[in-house]
This record gives sequence, structure tokens and C-alpha cells, in this order.
Amino acid sequence: MTRISLLSDQNDSHSHAGEESDSTPHQMIEIEEEDDKSPTQKIKDLEVCVPIVYGTMSFWLGRKATETQSHTWTVYVRGATNEDLGVVIKKVVFQLHPSFTNARRVVESPPFELTERGWGEFEIAISIFFHNDVCDKQLDLFHHLKLYSEVEHGPLSTKKPVIIESYDEIVFSDPSEEFLARVLNHPSVIVPQLPATLNLPPAPIEDVHEKKRGDTKDHPLGQWFIRFSEADELLKLAEARQQVQNYIVKLRRRLSMLEGSSPTLKTSVS
Amino acid sequence: MDAKDILGLPKISLPIPQEKKSRPQKDSQRKPDGISREVYALTGGVPPLMPSVDVNQLKKRHQPENEKITWEWLAFTNSARKDNLQLYHWVRVVNGTPPTGDYSFAKYNKSVDVVKYTDEEYEKHLTDPGQMVNALCFTVYCNPLSILVLLISYILAIWVRERAWTKEETDQLFDLCERFDLRFVVIADRFSSSRSVEELKNRFYSVSRAILIARAPSPADVSGHPLVKEPYNISQEIERKRALSMVLSQTKHQERKDAEAAQDAELPVTSSISPEGVEKTTAPVDTASPSNMQVSAGVAPLMSMADNAAAAAASLRMLRVYLRTYALDQMVQAASSSAGLRTIKRVEQFLQELKVNLKPKVPTKAVCAEHLELRKEILTLLNLQKLLQNKEEGSSYRESSYTETPDTPKRLQRGMDQDRTFIPDSVSFGAMSAERVGKRDQKRKGPGREAPSSPAQSKRPRKLKATDS
Repeated sequence: MTRISLLSDQNDSHSHAGEESDSTPHQMIEIEEEDDKSPTQKIKDLEVCVPIVYGTMSFWLGRKATETQSHTWTVYVRGATNEDLGVVIKKVVFQLHPSFTNARRVVESPPFELTERGWGEFEIAISIFFHNDVCDKQLDLFHHLKLYSEVEHGPLSTKKPVIIESYDEIVFSDPSEEFLARVLNHPSVIVPQLPATLNLPPAPIEDVHEKKRGDTKDHPLGQWFIRFSEADELLKLAEARQQVQNYIVKLRRRLSMLEGSSPTLKTSVS
Repeated sequence: MDAKDILGLPKISLPIPQEKKSRPQKDSQRKPDGISREVYALTGGVPPLMPSVDVNQLKKRHQPENEKITWEWLAFTNSARKDNLQLYHWVRVVNGTPPTGDYSFAKYNKSVDVVKYTDEEYEKHLTDPGQMVNALCFTVYCNPLSILVLLISYILAIWVRERAWTKEETDQLFDLCERFDLRFVVIADRFSSSRSVEELKNRFYSVSRAILIARAPSPADVSGHPLVKEPYNISQEIERKRALSMVLSQTKHQERKDAEAAQDAELPVTSSISPEGVEKTTAPVDTASPSNMQVSAGVAPLMSMADNAAAAAASLRMLRVYLRTYALDQMVQAASSSAGLRTIKRVEQFLQELKVNLKPKVPTKAVCAEHLELRKEILTLLNLQKLLQNKEEGSSYRESSYTETPDTPKRLQRGMDQDRTFIPDSVSFGAMSAERVGKRDQKRKGPGREAPSSPAQSKRPRKLKATDS
């Protein structure tokens, strides 16, 4: 349904990085070894993540539908809990189908969304650009715009939209101290337990009053947003793991019964 | 053969009325009642499937001035009939002279030349049962390589059990052969005593052959005759049908086992699995040759798994920013890079069997970690299974593939004591691999470089729908 891809090559003038990504596997292993401990200047072994939901929602126009504009749809990147993503994301570029005028649409401030009218489904490339202290590389997502539901085959309804959303998390490895200090207590960002020895520079004072609200909590389409539950998924996985583990135990028992002489195997597989 | 032939009219090459046809169709674009608009739209501009006779063309056909054509109700006989029945039909008569010659459809009455034997011939050449056994032995002797010892004894056992042919039976067989033009399946159906199709064929061809040889002045005269040159081989026919029905009645499970056995014969191509080329050079992967897979299947892959995972994690860190789903993909690849493509597919089947999404719907850090662990455990499980299977069965792999009953997908829940293998049956391999490959290929495309023209095209009928009411 949705394809996600990371491109290390840079098309945009805003970013100039990417040289490091060409390093050889040999170097990677070296880094891995030295990475074990020792919190130096850079904050290593730390990953900051931003849960996002991206997707499209489309409404059929009903009586107002014309040949070329049968639906109105919105593509968006929102926080998974509808928090303001503006602290991390500088801008989002939506690349539409070339038949649209100005197919490359740039949204410079949150909420990062775009509403259009059309009649056809196509793949939207979503490029996310971050603030300078966050990361100088962009992140590319792909989302297929859906206007017609594949699940419901009833008559078209103007009331009920077709929603396709994907949950994902943007992960920043080795974040800068500056960034970390800025987002430490922001609800849209998940920062793990910091080592006690870490001294972060003081967070810059933001004048809250001047800032425009960028969250999507009272979004007009908010009632349709899908709530993604981690707990359900974890529960299902735990059940599955239990089943597999039971089976492994049974297999081991049979194996050791068959071959009482090889206890080495039993330990090595675990 | 069409209406014109039956009417005896000369053929006129039909002008393809594209120009003329498409015009009026466009004009009469009004949707007929009772047809949904979408269906009607599908027919637009398409030439008709059936060629239609252009009426104008028929009328305009030029006619020589001196020809006077009449149609007359005349009697005719059909040379294909033996009863000289007279029937009447309309005939095209030019200038008063009716057409001469045979009824034009008589030539289609084809029949098979079935050898006829006399009573004396039967007495002389066909009653001896020893002859039949000799013939069989001869055919067996001719194909010593292709027929197993087991099979010969099997066939001979059938042969001994088989009743000898009586004259009455043979007569009936030849009657039916003539009547049904050697359609042996039909003949076997009508035959009064129970004989297999092979038996019937064998009797018919051996009798025909014997008569043919007996009547020939010298054996050399008929040596080129197909019946003599290529005698009917009943044992081969029985074996052929047995093999065919075996292949056709094979279950999916057995088919898969065969495919696996064939794949086992090839060397596992482990490094080619990682399409991103990130961990291509992580060396310990390639040590998993089939021989040590057999010996220590549970051990070697898991050891290199840790190295791969570390390398994958390191390469992720180099990216500085990435998506959780991408990270999971990389880790899954690293974890399964030591396993063959076949094993990876089986892991995914297993996941589906457990009703777990191949890609988590809410890929948080914890979910991804659990997902990865689950995959690793399934890999361990499959390795154990293989190990156990090898221990239990030894090398009787191939043999068992025909005798084993297919696994039911519900086994895991039902207590797994008796199970040798757990292979969910629900997914076919082909579809699975196609999807994988497709997804990976697409993944490498740049943003927006693929103009999605085809999906847009396919939506045209829907667009009409949207504007319909």
C-alpha cells in the first residue's frame, strides 16, 4: 500500500550532506566497537524519535463532482498523537502528479497538509526537511492517494471519507545537544532516559505567544484520524512468540530424546 | 463454413466496415436502458467481436447479365449414405441447369478403416494366448532401460490375472471400434465385460497387427506400416497414466517438498538476498554451505546473525535520520541473511499463519524489537525442525514426498507432538516472491520519478460514475 524509502542522495539545495554514508562496512564495524560506552561531546547511543502518521483522506464531492474534480482530498504528515511537529520539521514537500499545476507543493509551517481536488489516484512523494540543528538530511516517504475504498463496495458517500494512514517513526541517531535540549520536554518527541552525566545547554526561550499553533488536535478532519495502538500490536506479538517458544521447547525435547548424546546442540541453539 | 456455403453462394471477401461502423455507433451513443453506464462505456469504439454481414454489399453484388438464377426444390442423394435415401433441398439453378456432382457434404463423412478378420483367420492367428505373452515379453525386452524390475513383475501379475480374450469379446470390440471410430474411452464404456481401456487397445492393436502380418506376402512388405513398426506397449501405457495421475493428484504440500528438494540441490546464494547492498560484505554469512547446514543447522546461522545485526545497526546510525520501518527492514534482512531465500519465505508464511502482520502496523521501537525477536525464533524453530527431520528420516526425503499427507494449517494450536514439519499451506510461493521482488524494485525509485499514468487511465470508468447522477 505504502512504500517508504530513504534516499541518501540529495536533490535539494537545502542539504549538502551525504558523504559519510558511503563509508565501507569495515569502518562501520570499527565505529560499532568504539561505540560501547563513553559519552563524549556527541550524544551517542541515543536515539530520539518522532512518531508520525502520514496519509490521505478523501471525500467524494457528490452532486458537485465534475469530470476532473470528483473528490477533494488532503494529504498530511501529522504527529501520531496530533502534537505539533513544527519543532522538528522545517518544511514538507508534496510532489503531486505532473498533471497538477505546480506539482511540487511546499508547506513551510505546521500543520503539514495539503488539500486538492481531482479525480485520479496516484503516488505522492512526501519529502520531509528538518530544522538545521536536527538533521541536514531529508527523509522521503511515499504514499498512494486513495479515492475509492477497496473495502467498502457500497454507493459512494459524501459523508464518509476514504482514509489511508501509515504510522511510522522518524529516528534521529546521535542527535546534537542543541536539538536535544530544545525538544527534551516536547510532547511530539520521544527522548529516552538520558545519562545522568549529561549536561545539556539551556533550552532557548521561545516566545510562545507569537507562535502559530501547529498541532492537529482540533483538526476539522480530526474525527477520522486513525488511532494507532502499540499495545494491541505488542499483545499479538507476545502471543505469537509464546506459541513459537512452546513449539521450540517441544522440538528440543524430541531432539534430545532422539539423540541423548548431543547436549552441546541443546545449549548452542538457545 | 457459413451461411453462404450452405446456400451455395460464392464467397465475397467481407469488407471490414470500420469506417462505416464506428460512425453510426458514435452517433447512437445513447445508453440503452437496462445496461449500466460503465458496462456500456467499455464497449465504446471497440469493433464488434462477431463479423456482421453488410447487407448493402449483398445487394450490390454484380450479376452477369446473361445469367438467370432460380432456386429450385430438387431431390438429391448422399453418397455417404448406404440406404440411397432421397431428400430434397433448395438448389441454386443457373440458366436452368441444376448443378451436377455429389452432394457437397458427402466428403465429410470419414470413417476409420478397421481391419476385418474372417473366422479362419481368427482360428489360425488370434486364438493362441501364448502369442500375446510373447508379444508382451518382446515389448518389455525392447525397453529394458525404461522399465523397472518392479514394474515388470507388476505388469506380469496383471497379465496373469487378466482373462483371455474370447472370440465373442473380440468381435464385440471390433464392432464397437468401427462404430465409435476407435474412441476407446467410449468403447470401454459400452463394453459388456469389464476391460480397461489399455486392455481394449492392446487387444485391438495386437489383433490388427497379427492379421496385417499374416495377410502380407512377406514380413518385409508391412514392416513400414505404423501398426507393425510401433506396436502398442501396454505396460508403458499403464505406467504413463499412473505417473500422470500421480502428478495431477499431487497436493500443494508435496509439490513444495519437491521444489525444496530441488532447491536443496543448488548452492544457497546467501549474499544476493540483500538488495540494498549494505551488508553485502559481512563475511561470515557465506560460510553456510549445505553440508554444514545439515550438520549444525541450528548453530552456524545464529552466530553470524549477531554480526550482521551489529553491522546493520551501525550502518543505520550512519544515516543519522531514518524511518523505523526502514530500520526494521534492515534488521530483518540482517537476521535472515544467513538463511536461504526459501527459509525466509517460510518464516513469512509462518508469520501469516500466526496472524502476525509481515510489516507491523504500529512500528514503534518496542513493536519492532518484538517483531524481530519473533522472526528470529521462527528461524530457530525452522532450523530445529529441519534438524529433527534429518535425524528422523535420514535420507528418505524423496520417497516420503509421495506418501506423506499434507499438513493442516491448524496444527500449531492443536498440540504439536506428532508434527515433523510445520508449514502453513495457505500461501503460494510464487505470489509471495513476486510481491517481495516487486516491492524492492519500487523502493529504489526516486520520488515522483514514476509518472503514474496507468492508474490514472484505469480510473476513467470510475470518473464517469462519479459524474453520473
